[in-house]
Amino acid sequence: MSRLDVAIRAKRHAGAPADTLGELQFSAESGDFLAIVGPSGAGKTTLLKIIAGLDPAFDGAVSAGRDTRVGFVFQEPRLLPWLDVADNLRLVQPDLPDALIDAGLAKVGLPGTAHQLPLRLSGGMQRRVALLRAFLIKPELLLLDEPFISLDAPTADSLYDVLAALRADVMPTTLLVTHDLREALALADRVLFVSKSPARVILDHRVALPKPRHRDDDAVSQAHHELMSRHPELLGGLAAACPKPEAV
Amino acid sequence: MPVAKSAMPGGVPDAVIRSASLLALLLIWQLVALRVNDPLLPSPTAVLASLFHHLTAGELLHHLGVTLLRVAASFVIAMVVGVAVGVWMGRSKLANNLFDSLLVLMLNLPALVAAILCFIWIGLNETAAVIAVAINKIPTVITNIREGARALDQQLLQVGEVYRVPRITVLRRIVLPQLYPYIMASARSGLALIWKIVLVIELLGRSDGIGFQLGSFFQFFDLTSILAYTAAFAAVVFVIEALLLRPLDRKLNGWRA
Repeated sequence: MSRLDVAIRAKRHAGAPADTLGELQFSAESGDFLAIVGPSGAGKTTLLKIIAGLDPAFDGAVSAGRDTRVGFVFQEPRLLPWLDVADNLRLVQPDLPDALIDAGLAKVGLPGTAHQLPLRLSGGMQRRVALLRAFLIKPELLLLDEPFISLDAPTADSLYDVLAALRADVMPTTLLVTHDLREALALADRVLFVSKSPARVILDHRVALPKPRHRDDDAVSQAHHELMSRHPELLGGLAAACPKPEAV
Repeated sequence: MPVAKSAMPGGVPDAVIRSASLLALLLIWQLVALRVNDPLLPSPTAVLASLFHHLTAGELLHHLGVTLLRVAASFVIAMVVGVAVGVWMGRSKLANNLFDSLLVLMLNLPALVAAILCFIWIGLNETAAVIAVAINKIPTVITNIREGARALDQQLLQVGEVYRVPRITVLRRIVLPQLYPYIMASARSGLALIWKIVLVIELLGRSDGIGFQLGSFFQFFDLTSILAYTAAFAAVVFVIEALLLRPLDRKLNGWRA
């Protein structure tokens, strides 16, 4: 539905002594699932905010505009604790009929929770609601800011399945930022490695493994191991030279 | 054992405990008044009889109604203006810098000065009275709400921003629920402050209302009537607290339970 082109020359936060993002260029075809992997503090969240249009103060251009429908899933579920699940969903998509809400909740494995308050749900369940919220607006672009961090492996795996099921209907161009390479390999079609701040792309890696994948799949483990042994500098955040395209 | 159970504090209804201190005060008052036997210390029963007299034969209800209307008008104005300006000052650094000194000045402006200035500049009328009361309350509402607006959860506001939720919905669904505890605190202390000031202002510049009546009774040293009027008003405040504020509080903050 929507191709994404990112061409950032630099981004410096007001008053900061150095750039957070350096020269950062990449594109994603419509419906692609791209993961951006880099060390903590590499400016990944800053990048997502720029792409989402939340931070116009940067040097460069991104193709997503004010009229792109953007779904955003944060590190924390960020549901409004005073609204029940249905009203939380209606916050982003008003006039949503009950039937659609119930169907959506059933799809993410939470049937019958429409009138529960978020604080009554477990952390994993709240994340399911947050994922559903992002898909209810039928996003052309889906931005995921480490939404599966700090979950145990089985919970994370089950959320990967929920994400895949939701994506199958809408097929948004998807951008996941994470510092967890296993997660990136389990979910994405392509992994971009970025350096420590100021972030630059240091490796563009295509993941050609069959789906669905999970964190502890042998194929994922093997790809993880190969990448780490071939590019030991990657997650140390040491900037290599130019991005080199590569296939497995 | 049922006997031991009902004797435990947990078995006594809250309402009984709440009214126990009040009943004790009435009892002591009654005993002392009977012992002293002086018109300057009327007994609770005498006050009750006077209250009944003023209710049936006198004009208590009329004056009570007039005062309550002034309280309500001043209260609504103070809350609306205070919440609006408080949110503005809490969210905008510029607004805060602009109005902060003015706010400190207003916070420390004596009620009497505000009342006199209003009556002189606006005239001895209803508008002046209501404005004078509101002016006394607005700064404390602003101060409270500003704290709340500063403590708003940025992360939740960002959800509204990312999903392009309309401003009015952000205000209603994201901002106001976070301000409710601050608004309720302002409403509670506001009601108490406002009705105290309303009486002073009625005494000063109106020819009806409870404040005016208290002034008249004062000239005759009619302590019984003064206490009867006070009791009538205190009863109304209790009813407002029990039937309006407490249920509202429960409804708005129910999600915390």
